[in-house]
Amino acid sequence: MFEFLFKGLIRDKSRSLLPVIVVGLGVSLSVFFVGYMKGALGDVIEMNARFGTGHVKVMTREYIKNISQKPLDLSIYDASDVIADLEDKFPTMDWVKRVSFGGILDVPNEQGQTKTQGIAGGLAFDMSENSSDLKRMKLKESIKKGRLPNAPFEILLGEGLAKRMKVKLGDNITYFGTTMDGSMSFQNFKFVGTIGFGTSVLDDKTFIISLKDAEYILDMDDAAQEIFGFLPNDTYDEEKVQEVKTIYNASLKVNKDEFAPEMLALRDQNGLAYMLDMSASMSSIFTVFFIIAMSIVLWNTGLLGGLRRYTEFGIRIAIGESKKAIYKSLILEALVVGVIGSALGTLLGILCTYYLQEVGIDISSMMGQSNMIMSNIIRAQVVPQQLWIGFIPGVCATVLGALLSGRGIFKRQTSTLFNELGV
Amino acid sequence: MKKLLSLVFALITSTIYAQDPVAMLKKIDDNMYSATKISTAKMIVHGKRKDKEIVSKGYSRGTTDSFTEYLSPAREKGTKMLKLDDKLWIYSPSSDRTIQISGHMLRQSVNGSDMSYEDMMQERKLVDMYAPTILGEEEMNGELCYILELEAIVDDPAYQKIKMWVDKEHYVPMRQDLFAKSGQMLKTINMEDIRPVNGKYYPFKMNYKDVLKDGKGTDFIIIEMEDNVPISDNVFNKANLKK
Repeated sequence: MFEFLFKGLIRDKSRSLLPVIVVGLGVSLSVFFVGYMKGALGDVIEMNARFGTGHVKVMTREYIKNISQKPLDLSIYDASDVIADLEDKFPTMDWVKRVSFGGILDVPNEQGQTKTQGIAGGLAFDMSENSSDLKRMKLKESIKKGRLPNAPFEILLGEGLAKRMKVKLGDNITYFGTTMDGSMSFQNFKFVGTIGFGTSVLDDKTFIISLKDAEYILDMDDAAQEIFGFLPNDTYDEEKVQEVKTIYNASLKVNKDEFAPEMLALRDQNGLAYMLDMSASMSSIFTVFFIIAMSIVLWNTGLLGGLRRYTEFGIRIAIGESKKAIYKSLILEALVVGVIGSALGTLLGILCTYYLQEVGIDISSMMGQSNMIMSNIIRAQVVPQQLWIGFIPGVCATVLGALLSGRGIFKRQTSTLFNELGV
Repeated sequence: MKKLLSLVFALITSTIYAQDPVAMLKKIDDNMYSATKISTAKMIVHGKRKDKEIVSKGYSRGTTDSFTEYLSPAREKGTKMLKLDDKLWIYSPSSDRTIQISGHMLRQSVNGSDMSYEDMMQERKLVDMYAPTILGEEEMNGELCYILELEAIVDDPAYQKIKMWVDKEHYVPMRQDLFAKSGQMLKTINMEDIRPVNGKYYPFKMNYKDVLKDGKGTDFIIIEMEDNVPISDNVFNKANLKK
């Protein structure tokens, strides 16, 4: 039976080609969309976790209230005790101090007068040899010119910032800003390299110094502006993160001090909750939408095909084949078309995703003055989910289309048929 | 009774509008600016956790030139600022660098306070920058004041609009609300402790409050002030920064 139907489909291209193309295109679109969303949103989440939010982040309660201003004066005191407590409670996680601050960078000429000047944001990491942040931030791999700082008061500039400030390696750069308690801070740095993370926000506006230097110039002795926490292997796990946050914040509930530490999860920061929720629900929304839309299209295609095969159905009824059997054969045909179309569509979708994963789309010109941490190149990501996310709905939609359009068979009257055939 | 009320209202209105707002602004400028001034002041930055005090000595000449040296705390001692016309330099002994602050960087906060460098750099008289309108009268910080609205007439004002309460007796501003071009209020300045100095009147305590920040703002308290005293030209010289 199957072989008979399959041969029929192959020989009569009008019964198979159009539905296969329609299903294939629909499936490939869904598969590609899922890969694109996974890649683009996954990148935003990963970049934010590395640079801005951690998987969790510990700050003082007052700091959290003013988090957008990153107020240094509301940093955590006795940071080593807080980190020791975190390591005790969550030993498998990695806890690191980070400081982000702003100030003026001033480049002197030979006479010591200002040559160029600009406002920039500073980031401070632990850049010692055995630091986990050195690896996590891919600092070595991101160096575009020069080297990493390996002595006190050496500075890296973002590629765009270095270009704008017209500095060359070895130049002296003076940082001018405000310390944690509001004093003026001046420090001369040696420019040792440029860094490119591939995101305009960081590469055009940021400089990087070691955490030790930042603590010195900002008077942050045993203080921490933010303590980042990362799950093992830097793999984000929403459930685990929520569990860690709940346990930690519950342990500090009795402490009424407004400067007591408090933990925020990644999703609580930078508007990422919306992105995470959107990412989770987008695939299912798109799948449901796809099944409905494709079913309507295939129903329509089935109706047209059914009309064309009206005489065939009539003759088959006339020679004694039951309507049920014809209906079943139609559904089986649809299943064959659905499987072939969905398989081709999945393959095409994965190929397109792979292309965008390797090549990407450069959106740096669209980033402008955006402050969102995201890569200049959007990349899709091939994920196992793509193997079924389009295939199953593709087959379901085809069968559903056949189920709906095939209903016409039961309305076929044998008496009318004989009238039509002039018997 | 109605007639009496009308008469009182007419009298009040005529008194207010009999005042020439431009002349009033000139009186404020005449009172607030001197040929030379030397003052020692304390800036108290009210932080969420603790307050910070910075003591400085300032020399000024007209509205254009000023020189300030930080006397304490130890971290800031020896830091100097020189303003000549619309240029501002800061010298730090720790880095032995003189840095010129210009353009949009002047909007940065001074010592984490509610004051910006721009606030410290009033290089023109009010009458040259704003068109005033008298809005009415009101008591402010214990003094009966005229309320003036100043609208900028120059292209590059630090604040597009100022609402100012001016003491009727001595023409000293008692409060200023400072607005951006968008109409958003940016800062308030409250003045207290008016004292006579060489025939002029000056507020010895000012509170700057950045309305976009939490907290109690920044107090600027004058400890000592001398008006119209000779100051050597050498003071207002870049060479003086490194001395």
